[in-house]
Amino acid sequence: MTSTAVEYYLSAFTQQKGKFIAPWFSDQRRAALDSFQQNGFPALRQENWKYTDVRSITKRNFILTEKGNGSVPKNQINSIRFNELDCHELIFINGHFSSKNSRIGNLPDGVILESLVIACDIHPDMLQKHLGNNANYTIGAFTALNTAFLHDGAMVYIPDDTVLEKPICIFYLSTETKHSFITHPRNLLILGRNAQATVIESYIGIENADYFTNSVTEAVIRAGAKLEHYKIQQESEQSYHIGNFMAQQEKDSRLESHSVSLGGKLVRNDITSNLAQPGASVTLNGLYMARHRQHVDNHTLINHLEPHTKSEEYYRGVLDDHARGVFNGKVIVHENAQKTDAQQSNANLLLSDNAEADTKPELEIYADDVKCSHGATVGQLDKQMLFYLRSRAIEEDKARSLLTYAFAEDVINRIKFVPIRKRLEDLVIGRLPDAALIREFAA
Amino acid sequence: MATRSQDVEYLVKKEYKHGFVTDVDSDTVPPGLNEDVIRLISAKKNEPEWLLEWRLEAYRHWLTMQEPKWAHVRHKPIDYQAISYYSAPKSQQDGPKSLAEVDPKLLETYEKLGIPLHEQKMLAGVAVDAVFDSVSVATTFKEKLAEAGVIFCPFSEAVQNHPELVRQYLGTVVPTGDNFFAALNSAVFTDGSFCYIPKHTRCPMELSTYFRINAANTGQFERTLIIADTGSYVSYLEGCTAPMRDENQLHAAVVELIALDNAQIKYSTVQNWYPGDKNGKGGIYNFVTKRGDCRGENSKISWTQVETGSAITWKYPSCILRGDNSRGEFYSVAVTNNYQQADTGTKMIHIGKNTSSTIISKGISAGHGQNAYRGLVRVTKTAENARNYTQCDSLLMGDKCGAHTFPYIEVKNSSAQIEHEASTSKISDDQLFYCMQRGISPEDAVNMIVNGFCKEVFKELPMEFAVEAQKLLGVTLEGAVG
Amino acid sequence: MLEIKNLYVRVEGKEILRGLDLKVNAGEVHAIMGPNGSGKSTLANVLAGRSDYEITNGSITYQEKDLTEMSPEIRACEGIFLAFQYPVEIPGVNNIYMLKAALNAIRTYQGKSKLDAIEFLNLVREKLKLVRMKEDLLNRSVNEGFSGGEKKRNEIFQMAVLEPRLAILDETDSGLDIDALKIVAEGVNSLRSRDRAIILVTHYQRLLNYIVPDQVHVLSEGRIVKSGHRELALKLEEKGYEWVKQEADAA
Repeated sequence: MTSTAVEYYLSAFTQQKGKFIAPWFSDQRRAALDSFQQNGFPALRQENWKYTDVRSITKRNFILTEKGNGSVPKNQINSIRFNELDCHELIFINGHFSSKNSRIGNLPDGVILESLVIACDIHPDMLQKHLGNNANYTIGAFTALNTAFLHDGAMVYIPDDTVLEKPICIFYLSTETKHSFITHPRNLLILGRNAQATVIESYIGIENADYFTNSVTEAVIRAGAKLEHYKIQQESEQSYHIGNFMAQQEKDSRLESHSVSLGGKLVRNDITSNLAQPGASVTLNGLYMARHRQHVDNHTLINHLEPHTKSEEYYRGVLDDHARGVFNGKVIVHENAQKTDAQQSNANLLLSDNAEADTKPELEIYADDVKCSHGATVGQLDKQMLFYLRSRAIEEDKARSLLTYAFAEDVINRIKFVPIRKRLEDLVIGRLPDAALIREFAA
Repeated sequence: MATRSQDVEYLVKKEYKHGFVTDVDSDTVPPGLNEDVIRLISAKKNEPEWLLEWRLEAYRHWLTMQEPKWAHVRHKPIDYQAISYYSAPKSQQDGPKSLAEVDPKLLETYEKLGIPLHEQKMLAGVAVDAVFDSVSVATTFKEKLAEAGVIFCPFSEAVQNHPELVRQYLGTVVPTGDNFFAALNSAVFTDGSFCYIPKHTRCPMELSTYFRINAANTGQFERTLIIADTGSYVSYLEGCTAPMRDENQLHAAVVELIALDNAQIKYSTVQNWYPGDKNGKGGIYNFVTKRGDCRGENSKISWTQVETGSAITWKYPSCILRGDNSRGEFYSVAVTNNYQQADTGTKMIHIGKNTSSTIISKGISAGHGQNAYRGLVRVTKTAENARNYTQCDSLLMGDKCGAHTFPYIEVKNSSAQIEHEASTSKISDDQLFYCMQRGISPEDAVNMIVNGFCKEVFKELPMEFAVEAQKLLGVTLEGAVG
Repeated sequence: MLEIKNLYVRVEGKEILRGLDLKVNAGEVHAIMGPNGSGKSTLANVLAGRSDYEITNGSITYQEKDLTEMSPEIRACEGIFLAFQYPVEIPGVNNIYMLKAALNAIRTYQGKSKLDAIEFLNLVREKLKLVRMKEDLLNRSVNEGFSGGEKKRNEIFQMAVLEPRLAILDETDSGLDIDALKIVAEGVNSLRSRDRAIILVTHYQRLLNYIVPDQVHVLSEGRIVKSGHRELALKLEEKGYEWVKQEADAA
């Protein structure tokens, strides 16, 4: 039996069919849709969705946006930019690439940075070879939908032995307020052998915009390559955001992922890293701050498939008002993965009586010569620290803000790239009362 | 490395000591499960009508349920119609009046297991209820306990002699429909121990139940109910063994503990059911629901378990911390060797104010063993100032085994402080080398290290059991050094 | 300046102070001595306003005001400073900015203008010399990774910057080697003045070799059982606390 929610997307697919890009991709679209039809949307009884109820998404009829809608004032575009940062920039507005606002800039030889729509025309071979290889739609309804409805996104290709000095910034800006809409951003990141790049995905929505972002990013990190990946999620507090990031890592490759989740009404971030060859390593850092009735769920999965692979994970949550934060960090050390080193930590701060935290750090280990540990805490601000600050004449509210900031800062501090760190510090401070005081401390 | 793995091999090879079969005439009902079988069990036990109804209700509920699939264990489907749900030695049919009437063969069995039932031979200070297949065959020190007002008897006897207590408390901690195996147990349970400690009484001796599965193709479904009334204290031990058989046998027990105001229950288990042979053939499926309800203020329930046996262990001794200032503890050592699988842990449900809980879990995997810790710490909205500390460590011996950790932490009150730590490691070459350099054999070195690893749990066991548990661990892990 | 009358304090349901009386005038240095568990640290923490210390009876008057009504930060603004026995580490909160925020909060409360960055830095440099503290400690998180001695010195340094009216030093001397002890003592002595009072809570009389108190009090089982001068501290060292206790019991 097909539910109404599933039915809605099936008929949307039929209506949309003629307009899809990349005809060679239609088999995959169809297969993804079939898989979606078969499995439907996830339910609470599924272990992976135990704490996140997506019915508020599935009961809505979000519509697909057409290209070229709405003009966005220049100053609004400028306000989201990293002005202090010299970068290659792609801007998407309501799901579609805006070439007039984007500033791709000069790229080293062989580097490809384009929107998918354009890449379809000029690099079809490259796309055909890679698109969809690492985003498994059979295990996730949302990845399946993204694949079926794939319309635009960013393509990044860094050839072997190439270091891209300037970071790539990909902005997904949602500005439409007239109707509720859905976008399926799709990013494809390919780093050749010993290549290096920094990619920032930034999701921003204007206040009151009511929409659903269903993004998928797939990354291939070849031997010796290094990807620094940032995801900054500042969707509108009316919106829904489901984001999947899947990375395939080859020998001695390195992925550093920093995920900062601030916006959205209901947010789910999934990160999967497959450490598929010896020497691959991954660091996942994350900060989630939720207030009002926000719900934010972070799921990470690290597969240690081969020996001498290493993972580190560090997530912190700050939960206020009626917000709910979920963390599920799964590490699987497969039979072959001797000498694995996997460390994970998750800490949650409950600032209000009505806030809620659910955390589930999981270890599945099938090899013996491993060093694995995880820790999880849920608690409140330390009373002794509060008292110490107050005994030094700092008012209670300010002392609380200060300690809250210090708690969150512990994640931000792990970002080595200074302009991004500053930007994120700013965003975090902006979320707290007594911003001025904290700014002084952070200086 | 080569020598080391041989040492380990050697260590893991000791045989199961309790695998013999006692040749007794048994009254066994034919395999199969339906309402008539339940009526038959109830009739054999001369149960009151309400209990039969209770069983039937559980059975009807069970029919609507599905076997849980979420545990990290694999087994062939269980044919519930192939199991016999009642088996009792014929000699015991009318129930023993005193030890003198107990079938000597049975006494001999327990003697062989190291549990002499003659009071003069017994460990001083431990009262034993011996359960053989579906019935209790003997309970020692009953009179002495009666002097203190403590009721300690087979469950079926409690139904006859203290129906009001049984009816008041049965199923109040683990409701009939709680889970698949609890529902099954509620429908077909045969015997078990019942224990009531009156107000302001410290039970004068350790109470213990010794479970023995003997008959083939039977399941053991015992039911234990312990009530510690206001201000009382009891320490309870349980031990289990079974013969070596090629078929898997099901053991689906339910244990309910109730602690009222200021009462304390300490419940210790040394579980050594037959684990199957080294190729994973046979062994007991140990699917058990154990739960304690800290119903009163300042009450405390402490679970200590040493799980070395069974082909599959599926159990989560839990505490519902309902009373203000109540406290729950869970100390566990679980060992899986050869093809054993364990999915075990606890649930701490914080409901009352200022409740606290501690979880210490030590998992040891060797051979092809799979060992999972699964635990839930839930702080409900009402639970002001809840505290939990959890530590679960896994030790791996050999590269074919697995160690898994699945903790669930759910916090709905901001005054809670919850801390969870877990680590997984193997016995390091450095540690082994250090011991060997000091002249200690590899077996002893591994034993020492493993015992050190488990120390925090062993120290919670009553003295005699701690020694037993250490020995058992050594035996289970024989041949496991790698 | 400070008058404590018949003070009863309960901590986690246990009565720690049981009818304590103490009067401290401006310009005086008082030493509070006593065996472990006598209530010394409780007294220090109650004065600073720790919330889990429940006053069940008695009064504390500070500069003609009821101290018990004030929050910890108002007490600090009113000039009370506690040098903690175990200064807590606060990761992520910068030492020097915390101090600047503290100083400016106090100055604002007292109707003075805030110091700008340069004035503040000059003040800090001057006071650093006083306690011979390394400057790099300033830019670390509050007390994080400090050695025991560094933590204590940091407390004295903060005290020197904040210039309190009533300073309470809770076993600041414990765990210090003789050189560090001298530095701490110098810091304290430099603060002695006619309008300032100091309470030294200590277990040993060693500190009193360097900071000569006006009065010495012996605290036992939650009350002051004996008061005297410098000689009392020396006698305590010689005879131990049992002696005072016996005398008090006899009386």
